[in-house]
Amino acid sequence: MLDTESKIVNFEYAPSIEAIDIVRIEPKNKLFIGGKFVEPTSKKYFASINPATGEPLAQIADANAKDVDLAVKAARKAYNTVWSKMSGKERGRYLFRIARMIQERARELAVLETLDNGKPIKESRDIDIPLVAAHFFYYAGWADKLEYAVPGRAIQPLGVVGQIIPWNFPLLMAAWKIAPALACGNTVVIKPAETTSLSCLLLAQILQEAGLPDGVVNVVTGAGETGAAIVSHPDINKIAFTGSTDVGRLIQKSIAHTDKRLTLELGGKSAHIVYEDAAIEQAVEGVINGIYFNQGHVCCAGSRLLLEESISDLFVGKLKSRMEKLRVGNPLDKNTDIGAINSATEFGKIKKLIDSGIEEGGEFFEPSIELPKKGFFQKPCFFNKVSSAFSLSRVEVFGPVLTISTFRTTQEAIMKANDTQYGLAAGVWSEKGSKIHKTAAALKAGVVWANTYNKFDPSSPFGGFNESGFGREGGRHGLFPYLSIK
Amino acid sequence: MRTISIQNEDGNQIAIQAFPIDEVGANERADFFTKRSVKKDSKLSALYLALSMCDLTTLEGSDTPGRVQQMCAKARFPVPPDLIEPYLIKRKAGPIPSVAAVCVYPSMVPIAVASLKGSGIGIASVSTAFPSGQAPLNVKLDDTRFAVENGATEIDMVINRSAFLSGDYQQVFNEIVAIKKACGDTHLKVILETGELGSYDRVRLASEIAMEAGGDFIKTSTGKINPAATLPVTLVMLQAIGDYYQRTGKKIGMKPAGGIRTSKQAIQYLCMVNETLGPEWLTPHLFRFGASALVNDLLKQIFKELTGQYYYDKVFSID
Amino acid sequence: MTDLIKISKTIKLFIGGEFPRTESGRSLPVYVAKTKKLYAYLCKASRKDLRNSVTAAQSAQAGWAARSAYNRTQILYRMAEMAEGKREEFIETLMSTLGYTKIAANKAVNEAIDAFVYFAGFADKYQQMIGAVNPVSGPHHNFTSSEPVGVVALICNSKFNLGEVVAQISAVIASGNAVVVLMAEAGAATLAPLSEVLATSDLPKGVVNLLTGDLNELYQHLGTHMEIQSLSYQGSNKKILGELKEMAAGNMKRVIPPINDMLSLDHLVSYVEYKTVWHPIGN
Repeated sequence: MLDTESKIVNFEYAPSIEAIDIVRIEPKNKLFIGGKFVEPTSKKYFASINPATGEPLAQIADANAKDVDLAVKAARKAYNTVWSKMSGKERGRYLFRIARMIQERARELAVLETLDNGKPIKESRDIDIPLVAAHFFYYAGWADKLEYAVPGRAIQPLGVVGQIIPWNFPLLMAAWKIAPALACGNTVVIKPAETTSLSCLLLAQILQEAGLPDGVVNVVTGAGETGAAIVSHPDINKIAFTGSTDVGRLIQKSIAHTDKRLTLELGGKSAHIVYEDAAIEQAVEGVINGIYFNQGHVCCAGSRLLLEESISDLFVGKLKSRMEKLRVGNPLDKNTDIGAINSATEFGKIKKLIDSGIEEGGEFFEPSIELPKKGFFQKPCFFNKVSSAFSLSRVEVFGPVLTISTFRTTQEAIMKANDTQYGLAAGVWSEKGSKIHKTAAALKAGVVWANTYNKFDPSSPFGGFNESGFGREGGRHGLFPYLSIK
Repeated sequence: MRTISIQNEDGNQIAIQAFPIDEVGANERADFFTKRSVKKDSKLSALYLALSMCDLTTLEGSDTPGRVQQMCAKARFPVPPDLIEPYLIKRKAGPIPSVAAVCVYPSMVPIAVASLKGSGIGIASVSTAFPSGQAPLNVKLDDTRFAVENGATEIDMVINRSAFLSGDYQQVFNEIVAIKKACGDTHLKVILETGELGSYDRVRLASEIAMEAGGDFIKTSTGKINPAATLPVTLVMLQAIGDYYQRTGKKIGMKPAGGIRTSKQAIQYLCMVNETLGPEWLTPHLFRFGASALVNDLLKQIFKELTGQYYYDKVFSID
Repeated sequence: MTDLIKISKTIKLFIGGEFPRTESGRSLPVYVAKTKKLYAYLCKASRKDLRNSVTAAQSAQAGWAARSAYNRTQILYRMAEMAEGKREEFIETLMSTLGYTKIAANKAVNEAIDAFVYFAGFADKYQQMIGAVNPVSGPHHNFTSSEPVGVVALICNSKFNLGEVVAQISAVIASGNAVVVLMAEAGAATLAPLSEVLATSDLPKGVVNLLTGDLNELYQHLGTHMEIQSLSYQGSNKKILGELKEMAAGNMKRVIPPINDMLSLDHLVSYVEYKTVWHPIGN
């Protein structure tokens, strides 16, 4: 036997904080219209805060209908005089250049994203920003190959597109919107979410430095009213929206009597099925990644865990001990797994839904980890043994809250998974190939992650069925919403 | 779930079960630990810890008494104490730990025993016709007994991969049981030689067999086959250890061996142990590195942390 | 032999593979073209008939989608065969109720048969044209395939065109959707031969449901029905289109823009959803 006594060492990770001096945040951030940063005609500004500290980061211009009109005019002019006339080859060159410049300024963008959004630096550094660059690279190459996009058909751009994006992946969503639109020859008026405008404005600066012709991309910052002004603007040919189903519905209604084209990427309540023959350890990791990635602020979050009853106790036990190891805290700390909830509003909404879950009687679990004292932080948690009638099983929480219920057969798993008005994503775990194919085919969802979860790639089409919206982003399919077939 | 049936020593049929492993998922999870950032005081204590977990190893046909004696000296005092003393005082750091054990061939055990007398450093001997294991069981038993009788405190055996890969799990199990018996109180590490097994599924199954058969530690590799230890293969084994502990309450140790050359790698392993099995596994009792080059890199990094200055190998002995 | 009085066919609805009268008991008179002479009474479908049709379509859809593409091809081709057999009846109906010349009526039937054959040949091919294996970075197999949207409501153009109606029905069902068709008044009498073609082609009951009725009375119910996933209005009334789009927002129905080319891949693809599946490639 060994002769030294075993003793438990205290193995702590000291704070490892990403330096923020790489980022210079303007105290006052103007609108980006016609290739220039301009004062809003409204003269109004609002504050954007760092959700991890609650402290203000910067003032952001509040664009009114007049500003939006100026942006649309600039976009129209750029469309008519430059962008629609430019060869695909040349448009592609701009996009390639932009992609490279994003890579060159990756760290700066990542830090800014984390400061403004609250997501862990690990994620903005390793996931968001690399995907932003990859997205521009992918669509850059399409610009001079559009004749292959819809074989046998002549295509043309739509004109000016209005794009409204959410706060959960601020720059990534901007890339998902801008890159295919420009590749197809459209010009853009884009509105970032009011709580996360900064990275989109830095992107505008990059576009300016890349020499993108004036007015091809215009950034108007503001809240719902700014968005409404875009949606209702008569000279916009298409609206692309990513956000909540409620707002998506409003948009669909409000442009019903126009010829505006529309794509919507909305909410979800995605099911995550784990069969008894799954690779259990990897499934646990997949479930963790599925719901707690980006604080659960993910439209395709695997928020409904469906466990085969024979493994449910084992699985829940493993999930609990895994959750004890999650590190919630300062988003700038490289060891942080879960960062800050983006805003007071979202924080309040999540708390309220957790309360409702407790009231409805699910078995609540949260790990005994510590949270920072300041800022909007939420422990990852789950409700076990929920019924599908619980509001928590049906409503999108958009936070780190998982529901767990069990099933007995493949048929039941599929039925329960599809028991939702949404249809964005789903996950399934089994080491049996034929069962994976059967389940993946039967799931009513636009994206199915089999034996993995929350994977994204610019070449992979993403988008929903049913009330999760319509249209695809990514891949060749992601071009269709920005082209009209002659 | 893979289930095999084994007859144990008492003649009872027991089921050994192994979860399937998704290779890509396991690799992804392992990669996660390469992103952990351990700095400042945490880094220094991690380096100390890693050093104390090293099995300083020489397993060459060219090993001689002289070579083993030199290595044992290094095991005792990784750096000359007077070289580092001033810095330790300045930083209020504890003394540099000695390594956990040395690891040698059976024939070198008497040399190591003599060299390390009174040091408290373990003497691990490989056995069972290391590294191939291609010898009759009685030869393997003799090999083991020789090492134990000459003072080895730990035995690193290899599993019978020939039997394992041909599906004779009973033979694999029986051999481990027999070697364990030959070890008596001597600590038994079971080398799976994961680089020859072909899949994580098999690594998981071999881990289960080794623990069920009485191994005190499971160990990745002989160091003679590529790939040797990797983060994902170690993760798969750690998870098997965790599940075994849940089932039986018995804590099995883990030893990745081969291919771990840098402090950075070692710290990634420690983070993985910390977040997979918990800090109670972060002791030389339950976790070891089978390595030789790693020791000097740990020392270099310790010096760097203590002095703020980068060192080169020449400062440290090459043994 | 004396000529007996001709036995004329009662034109009923086609719901769930059956031929019911409207539950409302209401009817729509159809006249011989350019005369006041009654040709037949059609059923004037009610909201309940509509609901029953959607239910029938909904319960048939999954089974239809689960059929092999080859089988859907066979059935669509069978429709062409059966339509050929009903040529004279189609021609008679078109000439009587719409005043077509024999040549024009014959041409219309040819177009209808062409449409069946065109989409019969597409049911097992479009997947290869619109699917993709996507080159994602990392060890994952990633493919995009298409699926039917589910239940489709077709509101036919008030300017009747048999070839277009058949093309629309065929385009919708080729990919495994089920459909509820609200036929315009003009030309609605062709429901009789058309439904008989459908009923005798081994098409599962409920995959196609045909209604005749008053568009103004029924379109709201189509627009708001939650079991309908996709809505195609090929008429020219901008107000109705706008309202349908507005109502569609209730459950995010896909509203199909005007179809330029009835016999095309784009037409068929209007009624599919894309699904992307990821799977690791490992050992």
